Amino acid sequence: MIRLATDIGGTFTDLALDRDGDLLTGKLLTTLDRPEEAVLDGARDLLARAGVAPGEVDLVIHGTTLATNAIIERKGARTAFVSTSGFTDMIDIGHENRFEQYDLMITRPRPLVPRPLRFGLRERIDVEGNVITALCDEALEDLAEFLASTRPQSLAVCLLHSYANAAHERAVARFVRERFPEISVSLSCDISPLAGEYERASTTCANAYVRPIVVDYFVRMEKRLRAMGIDAPVLIVMSEGGLASIETACEAPVRLVESGPAGGASLAVSVAHAFGIDKLLSFDMGGTTAKVCIVDDFVPQYDAWFEVDRTYRFQKGSGLPLRIPVVDLVEIGAGGGSIGHVDAMGQIEVGPHSAGSEPGPAAYGFGGDRPTVTDANLVLGKLDPQRFAGGRIVLDQARAEAALAAVFAEPLGLEPAQAASALAEVVDENMANAARMHAIEQGKDISEYTMVAFGGGGPLHAARIAQKIGIGHVIVPPNAGVGSAVGFLAAPIAYTIRRTSYLMLDDVEPHKVAAELDGIVAAASGHTGRFAATAEPDIEWKALMRYAGQGHHIEVPFEYPFARDDFRTWMTDLFEAEYLRQFGRVLPHLPIEIVGWVHRNALSLSDPATMWNGRRAPSAKSVETAPARAYDLAEADYVAADRFERETLDAGWRGAGPAYVTEEQTTTVVPAGFACETDERGFIHLRMST
Amino acid sequence: MSFQTGDLARQIMWRRLTSVVEEQAQTLIRTSFSPTTREAGDLSAGVFTPDGRMIAQAVTGTPGHINSMARSVCHFIDAIPLDDWREGDVALTNDPWQGTGHLNDLVVVTPVFRAGRLIAFFAATSHLVDIGGMGPGFDAKDVFHEGIRIPITKVVDAGRVDDKVLGILRANVRMPEQVTGDLMSLIAGNHTGGRRLLAMCDEFALADLEALSDFIFERSMRGMREEIERVPTGVYEAALTLDGIDRPVAMTATMTVADGRIDVEFGGDLRPSPRGNNVPFCYTEAYASYGVRCIVGRSVPNNWSSLSAVTIRAPEGSILNATDPAPVASRHLIGQMLPDLVFRCLAQAVPDRVPAEGAGTLWNIRLLRSAHGDGKAGFNALFFHSGGTGARPGLDGLNATAFPSGVRAIPIEISEKSAPVLYRRRALRCDSGGAGRTRGGLGQVIEVASRDGDPFWMAASYERTGNAPRGLDGGRDGEPGTVRLGSGRPFSPMGRQEVPGDDVIIVEPPGGAGRGDPFARDPARVREDVENGFVSREAAMRDYGVVLTAALEVDEPATAALRAGPNRRAASN
Repeated sequence: MIRLATDIGGTFTDLALDRDGDLLTGKLLTTLDRPEEAVLDGARDLLARAGVAPGEVDLVIHGTTLATNAIIERKGARTAFVSTSGFTDMIDIGHENRFEQYDLMITRPRPLVPRPLRFGLRERIDVEGNVITALCDEALEDLAEFLASTRPQSLAVCLLHSYANAAHERAVARFVRERFPEISVSLSCDISPLAGEYERASTTCANAYVRPIVVDYFVRMEKRLRAMGIDAPVLIVMSEGGLASIETACEAPVRLVESGPAGGASLAVSVAHAFGIDKLLSFDMGGTTAKVCIVDDFVPQYDAWFEVDRTYRFQKGSGLPLRIPVVDLVEIGAGGGSIGHVDAMGQIEVGPHSAGSEPGPAAYGFGGDRPTVTDANLVLGKLDPQRFAGGRIVLDQARAEAALAAVFAEPLGLEPAQAASALAEVVDENMANAARMHAIEQGKDISEYTMVAFGGGGPLHAARIAQKIGIGHVIVPPNAGVGSAVGFLAAPIAYTIRRTSYLMLDDVEPHKVAAELDGIVAAASGHTGRFAATAEPDIEWKALMRYAGQGHHIEVPFEYPFARDDFRTWMTDLFEAEYLRQFGRVLPHLPIEIVGWVHRNALSLSDPATMWNGRRAPSAKSVETAPARAYDLAEADYVAADRFERETLDAGWRGAGPAYVTEEQTTTVVPAGFACETDERGFIHLRMST
Repeated sequence: MSFQTGDLARQIMWRRLTSVVEEQAQTLIRTSFSPTTREAGDLSAGVFTPDGRMIAQAVTGTPGHINSMARSVCHFIDAIPLDDWREGDVALTNDPWQGTGHLNDLVVVTPVFRAGRLIAFFAATSHLVDIGGMGPGFDAKDVFHEGIRIPITKVVDAGRVDDKVLGILRANVRMPEQVTGDLMSLIAGNHTGGRRLLAMCDEFALADLEALSDFIFERSMRGMREEIERVPTGVYEAALTLDGIDRPVAMTATMTVADGRIDVEFGGDLRPSPRGNNVPFCYTEAYASYGVRCIVGRSVPNNWSSLSAVTIRAPEGSILNATDPAPVASRHLIGQMLPDLVFRCLAQAVPDRVPAEGAGTLWNIRLLRSAHGDGKAGFNALFFHSGGTGARPGLDGLNATAFPSGVRAIPIEISEKSAPVLYRRRALRCDSGGAGRTRGGLGQVIEVASRDGDPFWMAASYERTGNAPRGLDGGRDGEPGTVRLGSGRPFSPMGRQEVPGDDVIIVEPPGGAGRGDPFARDPARVREDVENGFVSREAAMRDYGVVLTAALEVDEPATAALRAGPNRRAASN
């Protein structure tokens, strides 16, 4: 089996070619105008290096930030928005709130559809799905007139309560497809059938906005791959970490927004399987952000909510909300490019602003003069200036020191090395706190976890963060620097459906529930059905439940089909057990309510448990090592440290911190107090000495 | 300022402490029943020294609670001496004068012990769905009408829940299960905070929080002093008149900036009100100091030290320092207007940082129906809505956005599930934002009708229907708010009134005021506003001196002539 995985990121395009377990990887600069160019160049290069003919490739797996970039840069299609008459301003009004209490100067992201391109349709459905105002022909004719005069490429339709009764939205779609076949139509009842009109509209608008572009791109990409001789099927990585056909991706392209980071979660799942770890914390750090994800029992945490285009970086509530299934990862403004500064109280602060790749950290010598995390890492001795990013960029220590001195010497009286160690300590604490908070929000105790670290910056910071959150074991997989692309190879084909449906448990009629769930199964099989022959499906059901009167629900897993007689007692028991687990007590006098359903259908393409089995650590003749230095926080001075070349380390090699293990795309830092070991599959293990 | 040895460690611990109180708040939100807590973030959580000084608080929360709770723990220590606290205790109160200003807010305080010694208190507060009495609105004649009042009392004694206290509370509220649930969620939040604090003490080998709190207070005080020293020393005076319920409330403020401190003294016609819009001092202080801190020292975290750099004063017994047993249920009506008054003082000191006046107090839609004799259930629903905020330096005001309250609106589709009503419209209100070089945020138009054809009641309490938000520095006033029935039958902005089953209630929250000369606004921005329907063509010409062609382009010569002409003074006056 030969599989090609490609991950297009904002700066780099990563590739991984898997030939029956042997992995070749590559990293190219992303070609922003025509992203397929870098993919094709990289693929050609990898195939040549591997001696594989294009026709031999069995599967192409592709992840891309195209949808996200189109939204952030407002380069999507000319999109119109149709809602119930009187409510088209919902995408301006949002939640009427401020996401930051003390900053008077906040701004909201601009809606994707400007006000002149919005149309209020005369119709109304109530909360129970009853038609209050029927949709008549005249109203549709008015819509036709509006579309004829505004000429949008794409149309988003979100009518009030369409999650409860989709008839009017479907009628609009039929009408528009007949009259304006060239307009792409996105319906909220398909994209996000959930109560809450602002989020549903925002998600539907985003889908409509990116759809023509994404469709064009995939068509182009597939054509170019075919022209190159690759006739393998192409699967797309969705935000939930699963793969989908190009057709599914083209229907709901808004589900692509977290494509790349989701690959990291798949990598973590495969590592969890490889070592039988039931509590794994995934830590992925790149140039601008770090991402943390929890993987329990070999399954990443999922969420139903995401935000794009945040005006206040990383601040919840400052972006456009998207109700899509995503891998639940917390994203922190802490990457190699994050800038350090001194705040009003004389405290050292890092980020969320990033120097990015232009002008980049001071040490790049591209004109950046503000001290970044990368500058600190260089001054602290963690980075080999000649080996950064595969030797593409030679780092300049003097510039890094000058940048640190300029910001920290005068106000705080810190030498560059002291400033660098303080800056690193603060950014590590920020990441540790974010990881801890994320675990708490899930009701988990983070100290029970093992960490897997990847991405260009992950292995540099992992051990110190692990120390701070009480994790004793850190794993750095092979090819950690292109972790997301490697993770794509481990991803299953998957599709999640979430739907609002209100039901008091006391009034429940099991056969009606069954009919509704059967409808969900039918909708899901449209997406995963044609792959069903390739593997045994892994089906997951959850009921969204709460005590009537609460606003937040919890997810209660259950089996379907169920025994229908005792449905009520059975669901009550399941709910109470889960509530007890999360909050420590149940409230026996209150009625229980179901507010929705979640269905996930997954098909594994490769067995994540054996994915790493074929791999071996390289057997080199001799271990390459070079002298280096490490900054000791307690001593406030440098001490000697060894730098090892990762690809020359045999299975069973052991070392002790302070030390560095350097490879093509990243460096693993082994701090004092940690032992380090490589295993027979080439993984590095860091363990806190006891 | 130099970076002392150990500073970094203390800075890290400070950060950790902030994440501890954030966990406390998140636990509270996830388990609460009250819609104002869970949907709107109407809560507060923090950690205090054993002598009642707040060390850190969660950033999640709304200003009214946050700052008023800062004082509350001192009352608990006065009521229950330090020696009488035991491990596993939890105490509570909803006394407006010892808590956060009205009976609906419950404050819960939990001590944390380490090696047998009390090292900290956790306190949290949230808004209960019901507290008995007359229910929502300002109609009570005194605080006794407004519901049950529980003085500072232990509800959990060394780990044992006091069923008597709980029983009395449950017997006096309309929704005992939800109220008990909310009390439990406050207890759970404090418990989580306490557990995390002890883990943190273990990790950093801390016997107590003394050194850390001293560091936090010292840094915060220094941070505040430096921020205040950037404000020109002086005495700044301003006035603000509100509609009030039965009569206008004409307030004044005198702000003194000197010696690294800011003092605000309120005066004017502050006679107490016979209705529930009196404000206990803790709430006056909370919103006034919040207003100051939005402009001065906003990056300094809230704690005892940073809060004490700003002092607030109001005459005892006045409407801004109401005394027991004045009715205070609707304290927000005046309290949430105080930032605008404070801004007017600061506009003289630091004009380039201050926005024009906005809609201010929330324009909540509070609807009720008693249970019918025919078996239909009653309801009591609260939907948060807001007008526009004032124009800002360099930025327009925010359309339909809550300020100073930190709450968020509930989606219409969720609101319609909680009550048998039907929204007919919710749209931005054209020409409601005050004209200016930067424009005030737009208000909105909201129409609500009965879904089942039966009448319901609205408890109206709408400010700024008579007194518009005022422009700043040549900017024009925002459009005042209105409330009316679709049928044209009379409806007052203040008080409980019936909405007939075949009618529709139309609520139009105010627009924010403008800032700077509207004739100086970039004509391209005016054109964009007209294209978006935020400003009408007529208003563009009248208020901004911008003439647009039929094709919606700026008519440059006509605009230049109009802007230079004699109309200018009339328009920008």
